[in-house]
This record gives sequence, C-alpha cells and structure tokens, in this order.
Amino acid sequence: MAESYFLTDPRRLLEDWLSAGWRVIAPLLRDDALVPDILHDPDALPRGYTDQQAPGRYRLVPGDSERWFDAVVGPQGWKRWLHPPERKLWSARRGETGFEVTPDTEDWPATIFFGVRPCDLAAIARQAEVFRRAGDPAYTTRLAATRIVAVNCGRSAETCFCASMQTGPGARSAHDLALTEIEGGLLVEIGSKDGTAMLEGRALPTATPAQVQQAALRIEAAATSQPRAMPAKIAKRLQEVPDDPHWEEIASRCLHCANCTAVCPTCFCTDVTDRTSLDGKTAERWQRWDSCFSLDFSFLNGGPVRSSTAARYRQWMTHKLSSWHEQFGSSGCTGCGRCITWCPAGIDLVAEAGALAKGE
Amino acid sequence: MIDPVRIPSALLPRLFRVVENCPELSDVSTLAILPVDGTLDAGRPGQFNMLYAFGVGEIAISISGNPSDNSALLHTIRNVGAVSGALCALREGATLGLRGPFGTPWPLTDQTGRDLLFIAGGLGLAPLRSAILQALAMRSAFRSISLLVGARSPSQILYPAQLADWAGGGALRLSLTVDRAIPGWTGMVGVVTTRLERALEGCDPANVSALVCGPEVMMRHCCLALEDMGVPSSAQWISMERNMKCATGSCGHCQFGPDFVCRDGPVFRWDRIAERLRIREI
Amino acid sequence: MKTQSIAELLSEHSILGRFDTDSIEMLAGCARNLHFGAGEMIQREGEPAALVHVLRTGDVAIEISAAHIAPTVVETVHGGDILGWGWLIPPYRTMFDARAMTEVSCVALDAACLRGKCDADPMLGYQLFKYWLPHLAARFRAQRLQVADLYGRDDD
Repeated sequence: MAESYFLTDPRRLLEDWLSAGWRVIAPLLRDDALVPDILHDPDALPRGYTDQQAPGRYRLVPGDSERWFDAVVGPQGWKRWLHPPERKLWSARRGETGFEVTPDTEDWPATIFFGVRPCDLAAIARQAEVFRRAGDPAYTTRLAATRIVAVNCGRSAETCFCASMQTGPGARSAHDLALTEIEGGLLVEIGSKDGTAMLEGRALPTATPAQVQQAALRIEAAATSQPRAMPAKIAKRLQEVPDDPHWEEIASRCLHCANCTAVCPTCFCTDVTDRTSLDGKTAERWQRWDSCFSLDFSFLNGGPVRSSTAARYRQWMTHKLSSWHEQFGSSGCTGCGRCITWCPAGIDLVAEAGALAKGE
Repeated sequence: MIDPVRIPSALLPRLFRVVENCPELSDVSTLAILPVDGTLDAGRPGQFNMLYAFGVGEIAISISGNPSDNSALLHTIRNVGAVSGALCALREGATLGLRGPFGTPWPLTDQTGRDLLFIAGGLGLAPLRSAILQALAMRSAFRSISLLVGARSPSQILYPAQLADWAGGGALRLSLTVDRAIPGWTGMVGVVTTRLERALEGCDPANVSALVCGPEVMMRHCCLALEDMGVPSSAQWISMERNMKCATGSCGHCQFGPDFVCRDGPVFRWDRIAERLRIREI
Repeated sequence: MKTQSIAELLSEHSILGRFDTDSIEMLAGCARNLHFGAGEMIQREGEPAALVHVLRTGDVAIEISAAHIAPTVVETVHGGDILGWGWLIPPYRTMFDARAMTEVSCVALDAACLRGKCDADPMLGYQLFKYWLPHLAARFRAQRLQVADLYGRDDD
C-alpha cells in the first residue's frame, strides 16, 4: 500500500510551497464559479462551497462550511494553462531583401497545480499524448515543470460521469500527490518521487487504516451516486450510425456556439492566423483555440466540408468518443460533464450517446 | 524547487526564395523555390509543403517537381484565395516561408512489375507529376505506364508541353479527355471514367496499380469503376484534400474520420477509406 | 487482304460480339459496311434515325450547334461503341449532330429492320437489352459526372 498521511488544513502545504517560490495555481472564486488561477495567499483557497450542475445550469452555492472540495469541476479545466487559448508562435519582419523570422519563446515558472480532479488528470494525460504525437514540445515542456496535486472527489455533481469513463472519481492518471477529504481533514497520498519531495520538511502523521478506508468509501460513494453512464460500446457504435436521423434531431437544438469545445478539457483544435502591423512591415503568427463547430473549420476551396450543424455535431461527438481511440489509444472524453453543464441548449452528451446506441 | 523552463517556438518556417514564377494557366502558376540557407529536402512524390506568404498566411501545396532534381522545389498553385493569390503573385527573388515535407507518399517503389495507371483530374496532375517523373526514371521496373488526364476544357489542361513530350517519347501511354471542347480539339470528350476501359487495354486488371488524384467525386467514381473492371481495391491509391493548418496532426482541421489527412494522408489506399468516402460531410 | 463478312465484323465488336451466333446472323441481315472520312457528318440533328452505327474504328464527336455559338463537342464516342439511341425510341429521330473526327469504319444496321426482327424474336430483343443497355448506362453516368463540372473554375 502506498504511503498515506493525515493533514488537517491544506493551507499549511500551500504556505510551504509559496514560500519556497513555487507558482501555485488552484481553483479560485472568479465570477461566481471556481476557476484555476494563480494563488498568492493560502487563505484565498475557497472553502464551504458546493455546486449545482445540470444540463445548461451551474450554480456555486454555500455548502458545509468546514469542507474544502465539495464543489467539483468549474467551467475551465487546466487546459487554459497548459494549452493557452492564444499563443504567439513567431514574428516576421520585412526587410530589404525579403523577410526574416524570429521565434517566440516564453518562460514557464516552476508550477504546482493544486486541486486537479481525476477527470482533469486524465484530460491532461490525453492532451499531452496529442501534442507528443504531433511533435509540439510546448505542452509537455510546461507539464514537465509542473507538479500536480490531485483532489479525489468525495462528491459528484449531477453531470459527472467519470466512473463510466474509468477516469475517477479517484485519481487514476499521473499525479504527484492526491488529497481526499475525510472527517476533520485530508488524507494525503504520494503519487510520485516528486510528490515525496513536495512534503519534505513537514512531518505529517501517518494516516490510520480507518482514515484510509473512509477515503476509499467516500470515493466509492461519489462513483455510485453518478446518475449518468456512457454506453460501454459507444466507440464502435458511432462508427455504425453516421447516417442516423438522430443527428438532425440534435442539430435542431444545437446552437453551434462551440461552448462544449471551449469547456472540454481535451479539445485541442487550433487555428493559426497572421496579425500584421498597419505599415505592413511586421507580421505575427498566432495560434488560438478553434472549434469544429465553426463553419470555417473544415473550409476547402469551394466551401466547408461540414456545412450542416448535424455534420459538425457528429464530427465533435464521433471524434471525442470514437475516432480518438484510433488516433490516440483512448477515449477523448473523461466524463467531466462540462459540455452538458455549459451547453446553453442543455444538450446532454450522455443522453445523446444513449439515443444513438439504442437499436444496437 | 525546479527551474523555470523555456517554451520553444513552434510551426517555424524556413525561408525560401523564388527562383522562377512560371505561369501555367490563367489562374495557375508554378513556383520554383530554393532555401535561403542550407540544403533542400526535395521530399517524396505525393508529399506536400506548407507555404507561407508574408502577412497573409500559410497553405498546403503538394510537391510537383522531379524528386531527384535538387536544383529547385516546384509547387504548382491555383489562385483561389488570399494566400494562394499572394503566393501566385510572388516574383523572382521574393521570399516565402516553408515547412515540410509532410504526409504520405505515393507507394511507387512497391509496384515493381506492375502496370501503372495514373489518373489525373484538373489540377490533380500537379501532385501526380513528381510520381510520374519518378516512375519514368525507373521505367524498367514497371510493365507499363499509362496516364489518363481529364480537364474541364482543352485550355485547362495542365503542363501541356510536358504531356506532349511524354506521349511523343513513347515512355508512357497518354489519354486526354475534356468535359467540353471547342472546334479544333481533336481529342476525346467525356469524363475520365469513360476512358478507363481503353486505358487498361493490354493489361491484366489484376496487375494494374492505379494512382488517382483529382476532385473527390471523380476519384470515387474512378476507383469504383476500376474495381468493377477487376483492378484490386488494394492496388488503388488516391490523394485526399482537407483544410490543413498545422500539418502535424494537432490542429484538428484536416480530420477525415479517424485520420489526419496531413499525417495519415494525403495519399490513402482506396480500400482503407472507400466506405468512409460515402458518408456525406465527413 | 482477306475480306471479312459482316457477321464476322459484328462478332468482333465489343458489344455485339456478345450476342449468340444465330442472333449475329440475324443482325447481319440488316447490316452494311460504311466508311466516313475525317470531318464528314455521320448524322444530323432532327433527321430520322434510320441507321444504327456500330463503330468499329475511329472517333466520332457528338456536337451541339446554334447560330450564335460555335459547335460544342459534348461527348466523343469511339471504336467499340454504338452511336446514339434515337433508332430504338419513338419517334426514331436523331437529336444531335455526329461528325467523324478521324477515318471511321462502322457497320450500319437498318433501324426498322432491326426493330422488326426484335419484335419477331424476343430473344434477340432481350440480348439487345442485356448487352447494349450497360453501354448506354455507362455513357449516361459519365454525362452526369460531366454535368457536375468537377474540375473547378469557370474562367474559359
């Protein structure tokens, strides 16, 4: 069994790390939601919140004032940090004999992600695989200089379905430390050698077998409480139903607003555009998030390949739940439920998958 | 504690210079380009490069030159948008950016002893030209080489002088066909599928390897017709076109089912994607 | 040079050669040899479709012409093909011009004679249906693709 410790207050660890010079990023209170952002003061760590999530609905509400981690995933995962919405790739300047290109670089300080949920751990691993295969080192370079403190979920939101995606609610993907909220404090489990180093200098008491068991039971309870489950054979099924009339039915509700792709922690698509100065002498090459829901996304000379909303929804869902397996060896969905919560039309990915899997 | 890390730049182009801009058709030009510094990677027939026009953007253009000729890279470009227009307008001495080569090549070296059939529709001759040149350079490796070219009208046939050269030299068997002709055109009128039977004359269909490039509908109908004539579906290849942005399989734009056309294509074996091509808007 | 009988010529044709020997003999009874020089008109729009041209060698252009535009070649047919179908379908009229692009050798069947024989012998009619229809369907499919105007830009 892995080493486990007991911690009464997570702020003690945050203090240690901040004073050692780490940049700590944790879910903080922003616009009535919990959003990963830079933590400067351990007391800024939100406490006593829970959330209400349903198709098209998110509310952060007061909960048990003693508890730290009842509110689960907010609108944004950690993608915004590891795969930024905008990134300057390089710039070019026009000279006498043509133009010259200057690479653009940035520095990533030693960083701790604090409070990464198991679904988001899986999402980080899956995005890392996309960029590893593409040979773009930016993501993995950032990740290699980042320590990850996971938080196992002792509570699920109504939209969570990680149990059926085998990503949670206990941490399964790589992390350095994992916390589970139990009676009177937190169970701390070591996930890596770096995780051991992160606890250096703070002598935590070893957790009792009862505490370890309590944590396991809470995670199990969070799993069984999830009302949604992805159909097990959805990957194969989606290959069989590209012409199903149900795609049109979904399209009649879908606003192709691209919210689902923006909040999805694994969606990685980008576009690259030029920004030029008014005098035409300099140009910058910028990469920014794009979405398969936009018409331009599949544009070819003559028009978009996927002009109907039905085709674009089918592309998103089929890629996420099916082709991803062939491309990257896993599902592109981690069961975080964000696409359900943040869809303004309340389209429920799991329900749509269920409808398409019917008649199998 | 660990040290901060530097995030490297990505999708950085190499600088190339235009050696010659050769007009082909009213809206089509061939750029001959050379790297400003360093050596040239001529790529393999069927692959493509990402060409960057300063301040405008970047597009995927297939390699059209002779793969064994290192004197310049050739790219034939149709002016259909902002970037292609800017590239077509580049004059001798102008600079452009290039990333590549990317993608899968035509599987020429695996076709020893076979009857090669190249089928080109419209500008589809551009991605096939380097494969044809390579095939001609290793002529004795194949039993025969045929080229079937379809175009909208006689004035829209690409590389007419080179076609005449190839046919005249007897190195390959050439059939030209257009959709619409004007008086004076002595060649055939009709889509390429109507010429397949004749193109296969004297060949055992089971020994034919077909390399097809053109509009998607044309490729689909050609491959189905070839199948009907007994050419194995595993001996046919097509070159797919999709919106390519990064060319490394990470921007997502060129997805075609589970394949990234930039990385798993553009050249695909027909039997691997035939089913998928029937799905609309995929 | 050995002179071939009409039946022998028909039996070498890619479409009619598939008919059984008796049927070919029957067809030969309606047939004669024809030759056209390059540029010669084989049939004209609006004429009665009195002959079926079974092309043996040479290229034929199907043309449309009007007062204000130059004749446009919309299709070419070649040795091994059969020209037109107006001869089978009432009111048996030719709808397009056909011009020999090269020297053309063909076997011309008298359309009325052929139709009469098909009426009298349904087996002959059925073989016509079975072997000629696929040829017609292939040409029809090709025309659909041609209408789709696949290759792109409208600039000529």
